[in-house]
Amino acid sequence: MAHRVSVLALLVVFAASTLSQAKAQELPVSEVAPGIFVHLGQTALMTGENDGATANVGFIIGDSAVAVIDTGGSVREGQQLLAAIVARTDKPIRYVIYTHGHPDHVFGGAAFTGDGTVFVGHRNLPQAMAARGPFYLDAFRRIMGAPSMEGVRMIPPTRLVDGTIQLDLGSRILTLRSWPAAHSDSDLTVLDAQTKTLFAGDLVFLTHVPVLDGSIRGWLGVIDELGTVPAERVVPGHGPVSEWPGALDGQRRYLGTLASDVRKLVARGEPITVAADTAAASERSRWQLFDDYNARNATTAFSEIEWE
Amino acid sequence: MGIARPMRYIHGVTARCRKGLPAMSGRRFHLLCVASLLGVVLGARAAPAATPEAYDPWPGLVQDIFNNRPMNDGAEVIAIEMPYRAEDAAIVPVTLRTKLPLGDSRRVRTITLVIDQNPAPMAAKFELGPDANVTEISTRVRVNNYTDVHAVAELSDGKLYVTKTYVKASGGCSAPATKNADEARSRLGQMRYRQFARAGQGAASGAREAQIMIGHPSHSGLQMDQVTQLYIPPFFVNQLRLWQDDSLVLAMEGGISISEDPNIRFTYVSNGAKRFRAEARDTEGHLFQKDWQVDASGM
Repeated sequence: MAHRVSVLALLVVFAASTLSQAKAQELPVSEVAPGIFVHLGQTALMTGENDGATANVGFIIGDSAVAVIDTGGSVREGQQLLAAIVARTDKPIRYVIYTHGHPDHVFGGAAFTGDGTVFVGHRNLPQAMAARGPFYLDAFRRIMGAPSMEGVRMIPPTRLVDGTIQLDLGSRILTLRSWPAAHSDSDLTVLDAQTKTLFAGDLVFLTHVPVLDGSIRGWLGVIDELGTVPAERVVPGHGPVSEWPGALDGQRRYLGTLASDVRKLVARGEPITVAADTAAASERSRWQLFDDYNARNATTAFSEIEWE
Repeated sequence: MGIARPMRYIHGVTARCRKGLPAMSGRRFHLLCVASLLGVVLGARAAPAATPEAYDPWPGLVQDIFNNRPMNDGAEVIAIEMPYRAEDAAIVPVTLRTKLPLGDSRRVRTITLVIDQNPAPMAAKFELGPDANVTEISTRVRVNNYTDVHAVAELSDGKLYVTKTYVKASGGCSAPATKNADEARSRLGQMRYRQFARAGQGAASGAREAQIMIGHPSHSGLQMDQVTQLYIPPFFVNQLRLWQDDSLVLAMEGGISISEDPNIRFTYVSNGAKRFRAEARDTEGHLFQKDWQVDASGM
């Protein structure tokens, strides 16, 4: 029996190594400002067809090094992002910066575990990845299928941000800032002062309905503070690169409507199920994927607002 | 509690392997079983999620939780309502409703809620106060997977009655875990009581609807502390008791499948008491107690 098992194991190892050696094609990226490249994710749920490539991911090239911002929703996507970087620069990837811990942003991490690359994230991110990682791996094997999940594992950050830190890519200083619970409880933004470009992660949504997995009251507060960041353009977590801070208007209205609708339902003594069915219904025509996320946002908002 | 599921899964696989032998060539099937077992041992919790329909844990749960007592059809006794799709894996509303007709001499003593595919399937056991006439209980649970959810009522005749529903796991980035780690800690032990109006039922009927909320992070214990590399012990509310004056209304033995900040909404009939009292205990032995003045208007 031991023999059979080891043959089986060898086959598995062989298949995996062959796959990982296949040359990844480049992820399409555009240069939104000098030295700043962005791939716009599909506005869609993560599936086997799109390999989880639904979030915006990007990279910034300095004089001496590169920083990757979010890694994509699969190792396949991460490898394609890596191929897009290698095609444009031979400078080393010194940092991988996570804007937060959701699968469409962190599942590509394993593509970047080369020598000398430091993974950076919010101080809460290691805990969030530990608590959610096993569940995400199970759930997305079911949702996306094994081929898209090939090689996916959680690579937690080792350099943690609590407040503000600066990273130097060589004549290019990035300012990383951790935020209180908003979209999630480990949101982090990256500002490139040179081009006034803000990578906001999922603190900013356009087109794709905002997804609430942290604190609705926290997020509304963060939006106001975020609006004062001296940027000219934003790379949101989902949706097109947009003018700053006007890009915040849509989600401010959505989240404000959701909070006020839920607050009325709580005051009337309605149960949480009614919130899932009715809250923020007036926003339905303004967003894509509304039916996939709004009921869930309302559920999450209700469980917070009922404690007011 | 954390290891209960993988152990049971191994049991399930071996049982299936034994049952499967006549169906295909023994040798080939044996190899498959070895591979599945390896998957369980090495891949741990990954295996069940990949094949949610592969085996039905319910017979094993009837053995473990109910000591193999006979299960009767509960369609006329109890109803369970959940959304078909879990919108948020961490907060899935569930409502249990008793259906015994007026004049039935039996009463519902307990209702046990079982989420078959969760790491800790037994979500809660509710004990209904003998004089409170609780007919409806709503709470919120975590749902990890595509799963049957069973409600088992034990009646005063000593028999068990079962009904079930099916819930699809949520998609997207929601997870059965804390959303706001900073807030969860600060809310520990807060308790709130609220009374609701019951449409069409005046105060004179004595019918009441109320809600208890308990601030508690409800850690599953399945996660590792990144600094110490030790598993954080499970930490959740495992006992809740509610009284009107000194008469028990409702009690709950809870597990980690109950959502963070446990929230129980229920109906009962007032005995004229002036005070409503709640007492909760968690797995670290904290005792949380509070009492409130009951609004006599029934509102």
